[in-house]
Amino acid sequence: MSSKEARRVLVVPGEVICEGEFKVLSPNYIVKVDGKYIATAIGLAQINDDSRELSFIPLEGCYIPQVDDIVIGYVVDVGLTYWEVDIRAPFTATLYAVDFLGRPVNPAKEDLSSYLSTGDTVIARVEVFDRSRGPIITTKGKGLGKVIQGTIAEISPVKVARVIGKRGSMYQLLQGETGCDITVARNGRILINCPNKELEDILIMAILKIEREAHIPGLTDRIKEFIIREKVKRGLISGEGKAT
Amino acid sequence: MGKVRLLREDGLRHDGRRPDELRPIRMQVGVLNKASGSALVEYGATKVLAAVHGPREIPQKHLLLPNRAILRCRYHMLTFSTHERKSPAPTRREIELSKVIREALEPVVMAEVFPRTAIDIFIEVINADGGTRTASVTAASLALADAGIPMRDLVVGVAVGKVDGVLVLDIDEVEDMYGEADMPIAVAPSIGLVTLLQLNGVLTREEFSEAIKLALKGAQVIYNIACETLKNRYLGIKVEE
Amino acid sequence: MSVTPSAEITVPKLRSATILSMLKKGLRASGRGLTEFRPIEIVPGYVPNADGSALVRLGNTVVVAGVKLEVGSPYPDTPNEGALVVSAEFMPTASPTFEPGPPDENAIELARVIDRSLREIKAIDMEKLVIVPGRRVWVVYVDIYVLDHDGNLVDASSIAALAALMDTKLPKVEVDELGNVKVDRSSRSGPLQLRHKVVTVSVAKAENVLFVDPDIEEERVCETKLVIAVSDDGRIAGIQKSGLGALSVEEVMKATEIALNVSKDLLAIVEKSLTKPT
Repeated sequence: MSSKEARRVLVVPGEVICEGEFKVLSPNYIVKVDGKYIATAIGLAQINDDSRELSFIPLEGCYIPQVDDIVIGYVVDVGLTYWEVDIRAPFTATLYAVDFLGRPVNPAKEDLSSYLSTGDTVIARVEVFDRSRGPIITTKGKGLGKVIQGTIAEISPVKVARVIGKRGSMYQLLQGETGCDITVARNGRILINCPNKELEDILIMAILKIEREAHIPGLTDRIKEFIIREKVKRGLISGEGKAT
Repeated sequence: MGKVRLLREDGLRHDGRRPDELRPIRMQVGVLNKASGSALVEYGATKVLAAVHGPREIPQKHLLLPNRAILRCRYHMLTFSTHERKSPAPTRREIELSKVIREALEPVVMAEVFPRTAIDIFIEVINADGGTRTASVTAASLALADAGIPMRDLVVGVAVGKVDGVLVLDIDEVEDMYGEADMPIAVAPSIGLVTLLQLNGVLTREEFSEAIKLALKGAQVIYNIACETLKNRYLGIKVEE
Repeated sequence: MSVTPSAEITVPKLRSATILSMLKKGLRASGRGLTEFRPIEIVPGYVPNADGSALVRLGNTVVVAGVKLEVGSPYPDTPNEGALVVSAEFMPTASPTFEPGPPDENAIELARVIDRSLREIKAIDMEKLVIVPGRRVWVVYVDIYVLDHDGNLVDASSIAALAALMDTKLPKVEVDELGNVKVDRSSRSGPLQLRHKVVTVSVAKAENVLFVDPDIEEERVCETKLVIAVSDDGRIAGIQKSGLGALSVEEVMKATEIALNVSKDLLAIVEKSLTKPT
């Protein structure tokens, strides 16, 4: 084990992770009681004995918005000057018309549902979230706005990091092996645009496999093998053995 | 109607258990698709399902609190869960137990992580054979963990009774009906807290002390099963080849 | 559904800080001792139309309990015993936060805790309540009304219920040849027979300190309460942990000891109030 590697252990609420003095990077999931560090959820506790840091990867949980997160949401309500958007968080998010349209609106003259109506999909960034009210999202920015084509895959928000991988390795693998255009949103929704239906199916299956096996090491290699096998099965590539 | 003989000549209980023996305990988590978290817990023939929705916003904004989530808890028995059909309307007992179970979970749920939301816990008793509230606390606790809601510890419940003068662990319905005392308790064993405690019956000071000790022993066993159940969900996943 | 209570009336932080910092030193803001109850006033026979009644003042908390005996059918599994029904209501007079309506979970819990404490210890001699064996018995209705809320409604109600039962006199009954029962409330046949007396002692916990009879402010700042019912022969006749917090096993045992001791004084006060010359 390299000295830079943290050791990981599967823990449940109330379980002691370790003792001593550490810096806790995930304060909601690790609490200190009587000199011992205790887990508060089911997940993987990461203990780095060198940097003396403790972090936590929850295996279950809802999406808690953070400012600057990219999220994919569904419009659930249309107001006079804003839309309410479901971003799979405990709170619905607000998208102001002046933000989306880039200009003020006159509610007396304009009906917002002509721009975005219930059921429409948007990609946005979390602009404000201070817990005193629901998050405010913005579509000002490159690649943000209404989604007109593609398929959305949903996974548990706590597994998103695995779909991206260390330094983006898993994300690059998925894009490279399938040729699909993938946008991974922090709230567990993934927008994919694929050259054909078979590749889309393979990608969705791969994403769900990542979600299921997120906690088992060696995932990146397994996913690569899986995608290749599926492509062979569907006759998309010839069966010339496994990749090295 | 004659009184049932609860203790046999050989000192074993009417169902053959030793006084300090639990019924067969089964637990499963993640049994419901649409709930944030769920669990099915069985203590012998008592079968209880718990589902958690949330944390989520609710239309009744006046109930919400600015610095923490509220817990909303409903203990409900299905009409065919008991020997005599139970009316679908909430009974005073269900109202009391909903409160007592919610208060058993409040001390461990880290509600401050989700201000201005509600965490809803729904408990359905599918089959009642004694110990429904204690199995309910255990099921609710597992369902909350399954939903990823941070908790200081898991809480598990067990009831101690007194039958024919002897203290017994994990009473079933017959022992509850014809016994002399029924003491349900819920504990968070790792942090050493009692979060639910009731006594229905009469005990001397010494019997009470013994009953607590017996309950804590049983609770520890149930706690270990609960932790294992949560972990097995992940350890048991086979890598598909 | 049971919901986390919203802080309808917040105790101002400065005040709760005072209460808690004093408790940490083993003192109470009111000057009372940790195992000391507020002054208790009991007025038996407060309601002339009831078969038994008592008004209780516990500090500024006021509760009235009334007993009504009705002729009814026994429960099928106890054909030769009377029946007991205990209810409680928190009246809107008692607090600006109490709304009119059916009893909420707190009132239901209070009634059920007191009901269990009377029932399990067999406080009332149910066999003496039979009028026509297997067919007609006395049903004892104990109704508790909280009129003014200044904390510790459970103990005040328990004392009121006990005093009302001790004040109860059975109406005269006549059974004719056909088995019809005629009740004559103008005449009394004798007192309700009690085999045991029982009271509850509420022990609150705050800042790792245990104290009895919390007033309304202490109730609002305490972490949790353990209500312990104790009988006149020193047995534990019921327990109910009530409130959001939790207790260690040690605290549970300590609270029980406190209750066993304090209950003796409470029972003596109730006895005295009923033997006072009118």
